[in-house]
Amino acid sequence: MSFIKSKFHHPRIPTNDLGLNYRDYEGSLSTLCAGCGHDAITSAVVQACFELSVPPHQVAKMSGIGCSSKSPNYFLNKAHGFNSVHGRMPSVATGANMANRDLIYLGMSGDGDSASIGLGQFSHVVRRQLNMLYMVANNGVYGLTKGQLAATADKGVTNKAGELSLFTDIDLCIMALQLGATFVARSFSGDKKQLVPLIKAAISHQGFAYIDIISPCVTFNNHKDSTRSYDYVHEHITTAAIADFVPMKKEITSDCASGEGEDICLHDGSLMRIRKIQDDYQTTDPMQAIVDIAKYKKKGEILTGLFYLDPTATHYHEINNTCDMPLNQLTQDALCPGSRVLTGINNSFR
Amino acid sequence: MKTTDTSSYHHFLKVVDCQQACPAHTPVPEYIRLIAEKRYTDAYMINWESNVFPGVLGRVCDRPCEPACRRVRVEEKPVAICRLKRVAADNKDDIYPYLPKVPTQKNGKRIALIGAGPASLTVARDLLPLGYDIVLFEQDMKAGGMMRSQIPAFRLPETVLDEELNYILNMGVEGHFGEEISSLKKLLQANFDAIFVGTGAPNGRWLEIPGHEQGCTNIETGISWLSSVTFGHTSSIPKRVVVLGGGNTAMDCCRTAKRLGAEQVTVLVRSSYDAMKASPWEKEDAKSEGIDIKPNYTPIEYVIKNDQFIGVRFAQVESVYDKFGKRTLQETGETLLVECDQVLVAVGQDTAFPWIERDIGLRFNKWQQPALNKATLQSSLEQVFFGGDAAFGPENIISAVANGHQAAISIDLFCQGKNTEDERPESGFNLVSQKMGIHDWSYQSSIDHQARNLVPHISWDEAVKSLNTEVELGFDEKLALEEAQRCLNCDVHTVFNESTCIECSACDDVCPMDCINFVDVGDTDQVENADAQHLLSQLRVKEINPDQELLVSAPLKTGHIMIKDEDVCLHCGLCAERCPTGAWDMKKLVIDNIGATIK
Repeated sequence: MSFIKSKFHHPRIPTNDLGLNYRDYEGSLSTLCAGCGHDAITSAVVQACFELSVPPHQVAKMSGIGCSSKSPNYFLNKAHGFNSVHGRMPSVATGANMANRDLIYLGMSGDGDSASIGLGQFSHVVRRQLNMLYMVANNGVYGLTKGQLAATADKGVTNKAGELSLFTDIDLCIMALQLGATFVARSFSGDKKQLVPLIKAAISHQGFAYIDIISPCVTFNNHKDSTRSYDYVHEHITTAAIADFVPMKKEITSDCASGEGEDICLHDGSLMRIRKIQDDYQTTDPMQAIVDIAKYKKKGEILTGLFYLDPTATHYHEINNTCDMPLNQLTQDALCPGSRVLTGINNSFR
Repeated sequence: MKTTDTSSYHHFLKVVDCQQACPAHTPVPEYIRLIAEKRYTDAYMINWESNVFPGVLGRVCDRPCEPACRRVRVEEKPVAICRLKRVAADNKDDIYPYLPKVPTQKNGKRIALIGAGPASLTVARDLLPLGYDIVLFEQDMKAGGMMRSQIPAFRLPETVLDEELNYILNMGVEGHFGEEISSLKKLLQANFDAIFVGTGAPNGRWLEIPGHEQGCTNIETGISWLSSVTFGHTSSIPKRVVVLGGGNTAMDCCRTAKRLGAEQVTVLVRSSYDAMKASPWEKEDAKSEGIDIKPNYTPIEYVIKNDQFIGVRFAQVESVYDKFGKRTLQETGETLLVECDQVLVAVGQDTAFPWIERDIGLRFNKWQQPALNKATLQSSLEQVFFGGDAAFGPENIISAVANGHQAAISIDLFCQGKNTEDERPESGFNLVSQKMGIHDWSYQSSIDHQARNLVPHISWDEAVKSLNTEVELGFDEKLALEEAQRCLNCDVHTVFNESTCIECSACDDVCPMDCINFVDVGDTDQVENADAQHLLSQLRVKEINPDQELLVSAPLKTGHIMIKDEDVCLHCGLCAERCPTGAWDMKKLVIDNIGATIK
């Protein structure tokens, strides 16, 4: 029986700026079903954080309930983490973000957690423009409770037990676009070449970033009538545009400078590079993105890639004009400046 | 790039590095697993079948398997394969019931074996169960060849050697000991269907430098001196001894000299210490016994004054390597006189065929070695076969055994009137799934991270006092079981099935060693037409080890192919455990007729 992954690693794997290799970003060995798409997402998060040289202790992993929400246990075991109540991850993430704005917040949720019980929470965290990456592992079923149809299952599909999906599905990307998210993308757990750059770009994005990740449930939703099975997605996937993050100091390499790239300069001088797979695609218009997603869906295809990016985004702390220092680091003196200041404030209302 | 051919055993055998490196292709991981189960007799028999002398080789093998061991590529030290082999030999029960039965009804063919070393005895063991009459000629009074005459008893006790020789001799060999063959021509006229020559490399090389003639009473070749010690002709040695040479014979000479009472033993070798030919453990043991090893000295003169042997003069040299790795020795200008009373020259040894007439049709090459077909070991006289050191010059015991298997197959074919090259038997193979349950394999799949265990030995002070007391004590059971856990079970292969793969990426995500890759073949749908550079540039670890195999699949449903770099695979089975469709399975390689895999 192997519940432990060997600590041996390939002698020639690269290390990043922190001297860490990607194995240093792993967590416990997954106990999800063999072949679960969520494990591929885990691996993409590990790769993205490694490539960005993110210090693991400066990450907070937030999740709710469900197979997807177990995943944070399988990456970055040196990061902070909070596994919250079902559907309530956005509130807990908001609280944590309020207390310490310096951490990188990775929210990991599922279609049950975000599109059913937590839909209200999801809507409001988008509205709030919390500076975080919100990922939903979207498999269209409730895998943890044996495969009932989720709210993201396409209308008209049947689940493994033969139950027909009677109701309109919720598309969380469209919701996020409507509610003002400033980075919205969709990807596929089986396509890390696309997913890893998107996660890197989303982590680098200062604002609310949402990535919807089609993540087949290999046990309950990988049958031939499913529109979330590995085979179906492999056959019906179309990519619009991919974003990559180019750190300021890194020289632009040849594969980036192929002429298809459009660079967006970020505050710190690093670049967000948009590679368009489809020539006429725009990543600057959320309404157009909504139309495109719907258009492809009507054809039975799944549009993936970066839908929308606003490089000038502002986030919750900026909107609220909070102080630069994380609130949890403020001292007693700063928080309770004493009666003299209070008197001053009171006098201003007289 | 080509899709890997998995319809034969060749790819799989190459992945089992230790087994591939062993000239006799001993199934190493299989016997280590048996040791881990304390099935010592079974472990011994697996060894006996392929390398014939497990007790001997468990002590004095050159161990080509160990530098090949995959653990060297993932950590520092290989599994102590050789020492585990000894554990099987030390702890086995009576093996006579398991030995092959020799038919009483013979097949009417008589084979002469010349020399009773490892090669000849392997031929005897392979042919006796097939009904051949085996007639063995040996110039010494006892069998064993160089295993007896050149390896000191403190490394290989006589009882161990005798036991393993007797398993074969008792199978019904007609032995003629003390009988030297002085003419092949005469033997050819005797009534033999085939003759096997396993006479080794019995001539020690001399160093013909100034003083060689006058100093001859104080100079001896290492191997003849060792053999005279073995057979009791020499039992003392002067106080000061110089050993020339840096191979295992030199190490045996110096350690033996010390045991005979020499007070000052110096080994001088022209190479650097690291480049010495002796096995690293032999060098270390010699140093531990108080032997002075002086590298970078080349002998230039035996110094004789007034008919008195004074010693050996050396020039100090430096090894300089050119860009091709070729070494030249450059003199530094310094010289050194080492005074001594006895010089043992251990700078190499040669074959000797004065007893083979040159007019009988047996062709020799320009190095005065018999011209042989490498695959069959048949000479230009079709009924004469060679093996061991006699065939290609000094090698080692395990190579001699491998030659013995090869020659036995050739002789068997020849005696049946078949072509010895084209009609060689093919080895059958099987890949047997080790799956017991979802996370359950019939082998120890979790990886043991412990460092290599050291072999206990008697104290060095005690060691140098006795000529016949074995220095190494071998692993006790506790150490043996610990060491056995270090084996990575490389013979349990990751076998891939394209038709069931759904490309969920679970295997490449979980693999701790980044072995598994799913790559795009580019503009073609044929693996053969794909640009190898393009494929390799997509690997997770691009810098591949050119000596190791890649397992390349046929195209999958999406057109991608799977490339597994076998280099550092731990055979931990996580890929197969994580595979939802059973596209990966862990299967044990089983080869029948191992002898026929020796090419």
